[in-house]
Amino acid sequence: VSATRPPSASAASSLESLLAAKEIVVCCGSGGVGKTSVAAAAALGAATRLGGRVLVVTIDPARRLATALGLDGLGNQAHQVPPELLKAAGVDPRGELWAAMLDTKQSWDDLVLRHAPDEESAYRILDNRLYHNLTARFVQSHDYIAMERLYEIHASGEYDLIVVDTPPTRHAVDFLDAPSRMAEFFGGRLLRWLTLPYRVGGKRGTRVLGVASRPFYQVADRILGSRFLEEIAVFFLNFQSMYAGFVARARAVERLLHDRRTTFAVVTTLEAAPLHEAERFCEGLLERDLHLGALVLNKTLPDYLLDPAGAACASVFVDDAGLLADELTRLDDPRLSDPARTARVLRTVGESFRNFSVVALREAELRAELARVPDVVARVPTLEADVGDLDALVAIERHLFA
Amino acid sequence: VIGPPPDLLDRRLLLFTGKGGVGKSTVAAATALLLAAAGRRVLLVEVDAKGDVPAQFERPAVGFEPREVHPGVRAMAMDTEASLQEYLRLNLRLPVLGRVGPLARALDFVATAAPGVKEILTIGKIAWEVREALEGRADHDVVVVDAAATGHIVAQLGAADTIRELVDVGPVRAQTQWVADLLADPAVTAVSVVTTPEEMPVAETIELVARLRAEARAPLGAVVVNRVLPELFTHADDETFEALRAPGAAQVLAGSCGPGATAVLDGARLAVALRRTRAEHLGHLLAEVDLPLLYVPYLFVRAHGLRVTRMVADALGQELGL
Repeated sequence: VSATRPPSASAASSLESLLAAKEIVVCCGSGGVGKTSVAAAAALGAATRLGGRVLVVTIDPARRLATALGLDGLGNQAHQVPPELLKAAGVDPRGELWAAMLDTKQSWDDLVLRHAPDEESAYRILDNRLYHNLTARFVQSHDYIAMERLYEIHASGEYDLIVVDTPPTRHAVDFLDAPSRMAEFFGGRLLRWLTLPYRVGGKRGTRVLGVASRPFYQVADRILGSRFLEEIAVFFLNFQSMYAGFVARARAVERLLHDRRTTFAVVTTLEAAPLHEAERFCEGLLERDLHLGALVLNKTLPDYLLDPAGAACASVFVDDAGLLADELTRLDDPRLSDPARTARVLRTVGESFRNFSVVALREAELRAELARVPDVVARVPTLEADVGDLDALVAIERHLFA
Repeated sequence: VIGPPPDLLDRRLLLFTGKGGVGKSTVAAATALLLAAAGRRVLLVEVDAKGDVPAQFERPAVGFEPREVHPGVRAMAMDTEASLQEYLRLNLRLPVLGRVGPLARALDFVATAAPGVKEILTIGKIAWEVREALEGRADHDVVVVDAAATGHIVAQLGAADTIRELVDVGPVRAQTQWVADLLADPAVTAVSVVTTPEEMPVAETIELVARLRAEARAPLGAVVVNRVLPELFTHADDETFEALRAPGAAQVLAGSCGPGATAVLDGARLAVALRRTRAEHLGHLLAEVDLPLLYVPYLFVRAHGLRVTRMVADALGQELGL
């Protein structure tokens, strides 16, 4: 129980102290901001700096990152990133880094098998084509199952810290409500109403005229046809056997997200749209009384692009390229022997600096406008190469914990 | 190199999909600008309804009812519930369901649970607007869609077929036929994928193009590669750049231009490295996808909003030979 821990109000001043005080970190943010790499780097940092067993659960890592973590072809099963690989990448972990991928389909199947009263009922659900559609396409399905897996892993007590990546959603805040929506969905009156004509008939599929003549069934019948409607009802009747367990579980998942051992890290780039989404997400967390632990500004341009001395120098490169090129011929470097070429390169270099400075300035302005920021704000500069191996992950980790 | 379909902008339904964060909304809005500049009346549909599309024109969020966001461009946000109500009103001559609250909620519930229903309410509304345009009954000539991201677009395009597999009778079955036909007509529809030259967007684009070919009949238009960094140096110039970074030259430059020389050279090095990494991904895309590629350069500007939309429109216009 969390009562023995210090209250989360005692603000963590660094990512390291934040992770030391928590057991679960949920990384969220809009698509394309690098959530997965940040989650993996945070877990790596915790394993290295704090020790213990640290697990990162990723949703859909880039293939090369998956390979780097040894996740190729592994489903839900967690496995340890070999310490020798980490050593080769220049880190000496005090603890263990574990990694797992989220297999949505497998997780749903596990959930059904766990909550169905018997195996036969379980397979009646698993074989239903509506079940496949529901789990594959229902908007909240991926969100919910990610949180459900998190609960499962946390309850296993096998890890000191779990860092979880979240699936891309239309609105990043959506998944915060996934457990309660799931409970509402499966326990709701609407569902009971929908299956009503099939339940009161005594025998499954026998419709009672009195109920079926109500406007809803008339409309639904005209649009979808009664056979399809019946299929839906039968599916939910089967699902009903799991309600109690399912709803209880969704509530438990929700409690876990609110637990003071859980914190959220919002990841964003310094671009208008993702940043806007990140701000809304921070507000969403506070509205729901969830713990906003850290904001990670990812893939930002380096500060030296804002250096006034750099801007002055870039102007000289562009304006006096010819003079500088003549001067450089003195060095007797064959690569600098053609002043025309040297001047062209100097101008290009100067212009490129100016170009990137403009973007860096835009980023700085967006950063300054950030309204609500948590105590921990980490900045990770854009890396020259992709995050395709442990070396790159280590580079992110160093900035994250700087 | 494959050129863009010459009639791309003459089609009546232009859908833009792609991974989140690649600039789909900007590309869709820029296409709308191009079409409006050519005198076409555009309906711009935002499927994710986040307000990103009107933001490209610096206008507040729009609803299901289209509103002008720019001369010649009206925008609307998709809303499956409103779409269902409109469908019932128009096709089944049923009264507006808004007054029958629980009924609407129950239908929304079925729509959520049953495969293809939400998708058909989205794509069906879009197809309906296209058909109205084709038959000259609409206030627009062409429909441009800031479509769902990679995961959902295949389901949306295939929704008509999904529904037909499930529902064996009734008006829905008949009405999904024309939707499917319209989406599959290469004279009417083009699905384009927006991407950036980065690892994940390129991987998703390759996978999406393959899935669209295998699972949906919709004709593919082009791949729009957004945020392409400029190539700074030719090979010979690259050597000169290396020489500038050597200690001797760096000293000369610092002497003439002050302490900022290192920052300027580092900046160029970063630019070269980023371009090189992205060029590899672009090469991968070129090798794996046999669709015309349209390049939009990375924009080094402070502004966002309409000015950026115009710049992207100009770049697209050039790529399309306008």
